[in-house]
Amino acid sequence: MAERERRLTPHRRGVFVARAQVMTAEDVQRALTRIAHEIVERNRGLDGVVLVGLQTGGVPLAHRLGRVLEEVAGVPVPVGSLDVALYRDDIGLRPVLPEAVTDVSFDLTGRTVVLVDDVLFTGRTVRAALNALSDYGRARAVQLAVMVDRGHRELPIRPDYVGKNLPTRRDELVDVSDAGVSIGDMVPR
Amino acid sequence: MSAALAPAPGHDGGRAHLLSVADLGREGIEEVLQLTDSFSEVSDRAIPKVPALRGKTVASLFFEDSTRTRLSFEAAAKRLSADTMTFAASSSSLNKGESLRDTVQTIDAMGVDAMVVRHRSSGVPWQVARWTRASVINAGDGWHEHPTQALLDCYTLRQAARDGRPGWAGRVGETGLEGLRIAIVGDIEHSRVARSDVAAFSMLGAEVTLVGPPTLLPSSLSGWPVSVSHDLDDVLPKVDVVYLLRLQAERIHESLLPSLREYTARYGLTRSRAARLSEGSLVMHPGPMNRGVEIAAEVADLPCSVVTRQVRNGVAVRMAVLFLLLGSGQ
Repeated sequence: MAERERRLTPHRRGVFVARAQVMTAEDVQRALTRIAHEIVERNRGLDGVVLVGLQTGGVPLAHRLGRVLEEVAGVPVPVGSLDVALYRDDIGLRPVLPEAVTDVSFDLTGRTVVLVDDVLFTGRTVRAALNALSDYGRARAVQLAVMVDRGHRELPIRPDYVGKNLPTRRDELVDVSDAGVSIGDMVPR
Repeated sequence: MSAALAPAPGHDGGRAHLLSVADLGREGIEEVLQLTDSFSEVSDRAIPKVPALRGKTVASLFFEDSTRTRLSFEAAAKRLSADTMTFAASSSSLNKGESLRDTVQTIDAMGVDAMVVRHRSSGVPWQVARWTRASVINAGDGWHEHPTQALLDCYTLRQAARDGRPGWAGRVGETGLEGLRIAIVGDIEHSRVARSDVAAFSMLGAEVTLVGPPTLLPSSLSGWPVSVSHDLDDVLPKVDVVYLLRLQAERIHESLLPSLREYTARYGLTRSRAARLSEGSLVMHPGPMNRGVEIAAEVADLPCSVVTRQVRNGVAVRMAVLFLLLGSGQ
């Protein structure tokens, strides 16, 4: 979500032009498989584990991770989605509108929630997500899975599961899609 | 900037207002309706509150009586964590002779981000917008406009179309109200709800028929994208939605109607008339209802009546409007 929104902020409005592909579609799938095994190992199974994808980039990843987890452990994992627009700390500073309806149809009390997002950058989206989650119940633990950690944290937040650590410049953009992960720039139209 | 609520032309400072349905246009209405889904989800939660408008202040300036609109805006603001201030004309310094302008500027000086204005005279919200730095929302001005009512009515109809009503499938459009036939029944002339609804429904592509006695229809309907009928029984089987307006008792004193019984006999949705509605039809009413006059008591409680759903959706729609005006980073 963070990356998608960033593209919509006024000074960055333009077209994303990829400079280099850093992960292929197969790399992403392999990373998801590894993360799935790490989740099972860390939680000693999937008892009480639920996935919550962050709108919008984290949601398809959460569903993919859910399918891999089911293959690995043989049990279905509930998957929800969370839009944190109403919890952000930059409301009023730039255009932030909910992109999609939040869908957390299970009680989080006593569960272990794995937040899933495509790119971890400043950590502000995750901060907002932690606040939002507490409105749906008191989770036993919250863990964070991201496909790309690009650094530049502004808050004391760290991921538990990382697809790839990717050093970036602040003004670069990272694009995660079905085709893989690319790094590039926003070019003004 | 959101397309929905651009600053009204002629206003300084670039603040956005919601004064009329026409300001929004079709694109703006659709944006509000889409956003409303997110706020509807908030209202369904165990803790229906989000911190989106923390630190913002919303003042309600009601120069005319209101239950649902005032409470609905107040609930919407509170669910977004905004602070609220309420001004009621009956207990204010207006009684000491303070002018409207001084009242508005006094409240403005206290520092508010939005003013929700209802007044018995048409055009007052536009005037208020000139006197304050806050965003102004028209909550009903005279016989003129009531834009948030039109938005919640559109949302209620979209919701019904999405949930699937018998006979609606494949006929009603995906994003708008294309193909929907709506009858608005009653005192059109004195109704701001009718004016805003006609504008919004037809902007979204619905076919609107106005039904009422000639004395309660505007003398000129030129420019209104509607057809007109004086015979409710003829219209009923041909429409998907019957939208009943409240009949105010003072219309009798103004000699526009012979009696309430006469009105009910010709234009009231009685039980026998309700039985003639087609299967997927909806009955709507903006409230407050005069049970036994424009709507029979038991008809208001039938499953096809979505009156309470309208009220429920009103809160979510007003959350969307407040968030667009105050929170979306304009």
